[in-house]
Amino acid sequence: MRGLSLLLFITVASDATTDLYVTGASLPPELEVSAAPAVTSPVASRYIPEEYGHPGIALARSAEEPAAPSTEDGESSSHHHHGGGGYKIVQWEWSYVQTPYIIASWLLVASVAKILFHFSQRFTTAVPESCMLILLGLVLGAVVLIASKKQPYQLDPGLFFLFLLPTIVGDAGYFMPARLFFDNLGAILMYAVVGTLWNAFCTGFCLYGVKMAGAIGELLWGLMDFLLFGALISAVDPVAVLAVFEEVHVNETLFIIVFGESLLNDAVTVVLYEVYISFVEVGPGNVYTADYFKGIASFLIVSIGGTLVGLIFAVILAFVTRFTKKVRIIEPLFVFLLVYLAYLTAELFSLSAILSMTFCGIGCNKYVEANISQKSRTTVKYTMKTLASIAETIIFIFLGISAVDKSKWAWDTGLVVSTLIFILVFRAVGVAGQTWFLNWFRLVPLEKIDQVMMSYGGLRGAVAFALVVLLDKEQVKAKDYFVATTIVVVFFTVMFQGLTIKPLVKWLKVPRSTNRKPTINEEIHEHAFDHILTAVEDIAGLNGYHHWRDKWEQFDKNYLSKLLLRKSVYHKSELWEAYQKINIRDAISVIDQGGNVLTSARLSLPSMASRTSFPEVTNVTNYLRENGSGVCLDLQVIDTVPGAKIEEELETHHVLAGNLYKPRRRYQSHYSRHFMTVGEKERQDREVFQRNMHNRLESFKSTRYKRHKKDRSQKKRKGSDAKEQDTSDKPRRNVSWQDKDPVVVPMAPEEDKHDPSEPDKYDDVGITFVARKAPETPKERPKSVSAALDVCQSPVAAPPSPTCGEKNLPWKSGMGSLPPCVSVEATKIIPIDLQQAWNQSISSLESLASPPAPPEPQHPRVSTLSRLGGPVRTPTKGKSGGGVCAASGSDTGSGQFRFPTGKEEEEEGTLSQQPQEMQPLMSSLRPPPPPATQSARKRRNPCVYLRSLVTVPPSGGGDPQSRRPTQL
Amino acid sequence: MGSTNSTLLKIPNVEVLMQETGFSPAHIIRLHDRFKALDKEGRGHLCPQDFGAIKELAMNPIGDRIIGAFFSPGKEMVDFHTFVKILAHFRPVDKDRPKEPNSPELINSRSNKLKFAFQLYDQDKDGKISRDELLKVLRAMLGMQVTEEQLESIADRTIQEADLDRDDAISFEEFRKSLEKVNIDHKMSIRFLR
Repeated sequence: MRGLSLLLFITVASDATTDLYVTGASLPPELEVSAAPAVTSPVASRYIPEEYGHPGIALARSAEEPAAPSTEDGESSSHHHHGGGGYKIVQWEWSYVQTPYIIASWLLVASVAKILFHFSQRFTTAVPESCMLILLGLVLGAVVLIASKKQPYQLDPGLFFLFLLPTIVGDAGYFMPARLFFDNLGAILMYAVVGTLWNAFCTGFCLYGVKMAGAIGELLWGLMDFLLFGALISAVDPVAVLAVFEEVHVNETLFIIVFGESLLNDAVTVVLYEVYISFVEVGPGNVYTADYFKGIASFLIVSIGGTLVGLIFAVILAFVTRFTKKVRIIEPLFVFLLVYLAYLTAELFSLSAILSMTFCGIGCNKYVEANISQKSRTTVKYTMKTLASIAETIIFIFLGISAVDKSKWAWDTGLVVSTLIFILVFRAVGVAGQTWFLNWFRLVPLEKIDQVMMSYGGLRGAVAFALVVLLDKEQVKAKDYFVATTIVVVFFTVMFQGLTIKPLVKWLKVPRSTNRKPTINEEIHEHAFDHILTAVEDIAGLNGYHHWRDKWEQFDKNYLSKLLLRKSVYHKSELWEAYQKINIRDAISVIDQGGNVLTSARLSLPSMASRTSFPEVTNVTNYLRENGSGVCLDLQVIDTVPGAKIEEELETHHVLAGNLYKPRRRYQSHYSRHFMTVGEKERQDREVFQRNMHNRLESFKSTRYKRHKKDRSQKKRKGSDAKEQDTSDKPRRNVSWQDKDPVVVPMAPEEDKHDPSEPDKYDDVGITFVARKAPETPKERPKSVSAALDVCQSPVAAPPSPTCGEKNLPWKSGMGSLPPCVSVEATKIIPIDLQQAWNQSISSLESLASPPAPPEPQHPRVSTLSRLGGPVRTPTKGKSGGGVCAASGSDTGSGQFRFPTGKEEEEEGTLSQQPQEMQPLMSSLRPPPPPATQSARKRRNPCVYLRSLVTVPPSGGGDPQSRRPTQL
Repeated sequence: MGSTNSTLLKIPNVEVLMQETGFSPAHIIRLHDRFKALDKEGRGHLCPQDFGAIKELAMNPIGDRIIGAFFSPGKEMVDFHTFVKILAHFRPVDKDRPKEPNSPELINSRSNKLKFAFQLYDQDKDGKISRDELLKVLRAMLGMQVTEEQLESIADRTIQEADLDRDDAISFEEFRKSLEKVNIDHKMSIRFLR
């Protein structure tokens, strides 16, 4: 630990000193700009409100740049001119990199600090991170102070309000649980407006009273000064609340009320602050009655205006994301930019920026999340969280550092003590009074415990500090005292209350929040409850909350969503989304737990849809857990698999896609013996399942294409040889299937009906790929092909062991789709791919299994296949008749004779796909293999057959037209 | 207050009703006014058509089921007492009321609220939500937004998740269990104006 802190010390110290070097010498342009005004009035101008809006303020600008001692100039000059004249081999370019360098160093320090805090689990559970950060800040501040004899760093209001605060508020607003927020909006507004006003006035007046009593202060301090101080010290601080409550996990209602209050009270604080500042400027004697009304009007404008600005930007943002389909990569940027612009715009018109940003986030979230891709969603989430977290860290560290700067503050024990007492008392009294009033109207009254927590959770923080630092010392004589008091108040609330709030929560047995995600049952039933309550309110003639919420939802559905959502998204319902999320979560957890999805468990997946057959299984996860055996998803296993004959992949896949049903069916019946009788229903279910998967996949389309290709090529290389030999293995496998075959046959016709759906699935995949990666594909293809060729011809590629073959074979068939799942890049994203992979793999598996199987089983399959691509079909049959895979060559079509040709074909297919998004289907449409193919077939029979089965992944068997609609 | 009493007096057995439902006199009067407003022909009871006249209810996807819940099987009318008792399901639970061990379960108890919701699904009154019944509700609630297959997959998943005894249907007990963690008192209550 000591070593680490030493490291930190060194970093900071070097920052500090190096920073000083620069002051006298060459200032980077940005610094010059910001420093320029300071020259005129060194001390005061720094804090005048105009600087509030100065974007050019460097993060760690030296607080007293203009006054930097000249001695340091000497030092710096020595650094700058260490060479004589002429060319210097190594140059010291500190002034060039200074600003970003310092910023980066601070970020690094803050981040490393976080790592250190979390070394000890026990420690972090007891001490909130914010406390630790402030302490660290104090230490760092002391170090810097000792090292440089003055305090160059402090929390700069401009930096705080323009950069640090928005990142936190943006994160908070965007991820605000909207339903919860609006459910409690009444209470939140009450506490935010009435509560803050109450606190501000009471604290202000009482402090003034104490001053009049002679306990504190000097003669010069007037009533306005105290009211001003009361206004800025009374607002609950979103940063502090978030930091402390995040770790406490109180129940959602309590959290949303306190946190919502801390966000929404911004308007009150801003207005009070501005009003008092102006009063102070003109002097209390010159304030007329009209000015008070102006203040009220100003409040309305600031709050409502801020909200409107936020909502306008929310609409713009949602609308923009409607059209980002082709440029997924910058989707997150739009989110950040427009949310931030909402903040800046409100700031521009001196409206409530926090309100604006909060409502922008709340308003746009639903539409944006629906519009942007899953990857973008993840990006937005992580970026926002990262930024907010780092901003929070910096704020607390700088709070600590700022406190060390003795030159900034002056101590008055009376003021500090009475302020502390007043804010605590008035907060408690205010909360009790308002809650008493609110409980008349609340469905769920706020309990005593809640009130205690709300009073105790009224933390003050960096906003108050930044505001007090912004005061003009010329006008507010007591500024230094206020600064000191604010620091103490902030430290007391964040550290003392932050430390004790956890034990208090435990002691009072405050209901905690559960981090549980709702189950599908809860989603559905709660949805139903909403409707029930709305209906009951209508019947009882009460135009209550549910009535209006329902009205809003109607409006949203009929107009807003139509305007702001993509057509493809508009038709998805919330419940469906929830359902998909749950399924995805299951899949992710499966993979997290060892990922057995691709193993034998995978085979049983189809039955998932027909849960009827597996009542004991409660969900996918469990099911997989139960059934999944040892096989894990790892690349190598897949690669070793013998089977990817890549050349005919596309075509074969088409065929398979259309016909997979039968094999799958067979398999399933095998797997769930007891339920074979269920027949039709099961089939339906399976179909549904596939559709689900398909839908889920849609969101992930974009990513897949690339991966898919890579994987495929890989497989080609490794697998092509192996496949041929697999044929021998097949018989074995088939044995198990044989019994089932008869069962399957009857099903076949029904399954055929479903064919359209399957093509859709493939289509989507294909579409996605094409659209995004079009340029890349052509290049990649050739390489992979050649590679594959080499492998095939070279004996090196060893045929997999029979066991491997068994396991993998299913895989191969699904290869096109599967590889993505397996690929290393895909770590977290994999689940989705997996699901798709499941479908495909399952289907492909069955298809694979069937061919090797005795003639009987194959026939059904063949027939199904024949439907889609008549020409292709025949070849397959021939193969099957041959017993081994000989017939596979047919699929390749033109590329009969040599492997290369087959691959070329593939390429063609992919290429053609690219121009048209939905192209994958094209492959199916591709001209049936000419008669010549047959001869080719014979040559490479085994391989070809397998390949054909394995390959074709993305291309759906269906018609292009059908796919398009579905995708949209 | 005089008018309050006179209105109350017009309702037979009002004391019993208040006892059973926990509504205050003000609530009763308000509901009585509403009842009379709905009962356009002044028959003293409501029929399904009266409910159908409520405009907003027609927009409610499961509105007809809720109307149906007011009518016991085979009956075509609902009198004021039944009307109030049904609505009493949605009265918030008052925590202040001392819990007497012997007192009958209140209409607005958690399990009664759940039962009300359950019977909206269980249209054939066999004590189980079958897959078809669930599908119907889902279809009503989701409307045109999702395909039939999606509906079915949701229904399957829902049943699978809640179905503990593997009978492919959700019994009331299973229904209750699946909502164990939900604050029913909160989510199945509305605020009746005083």
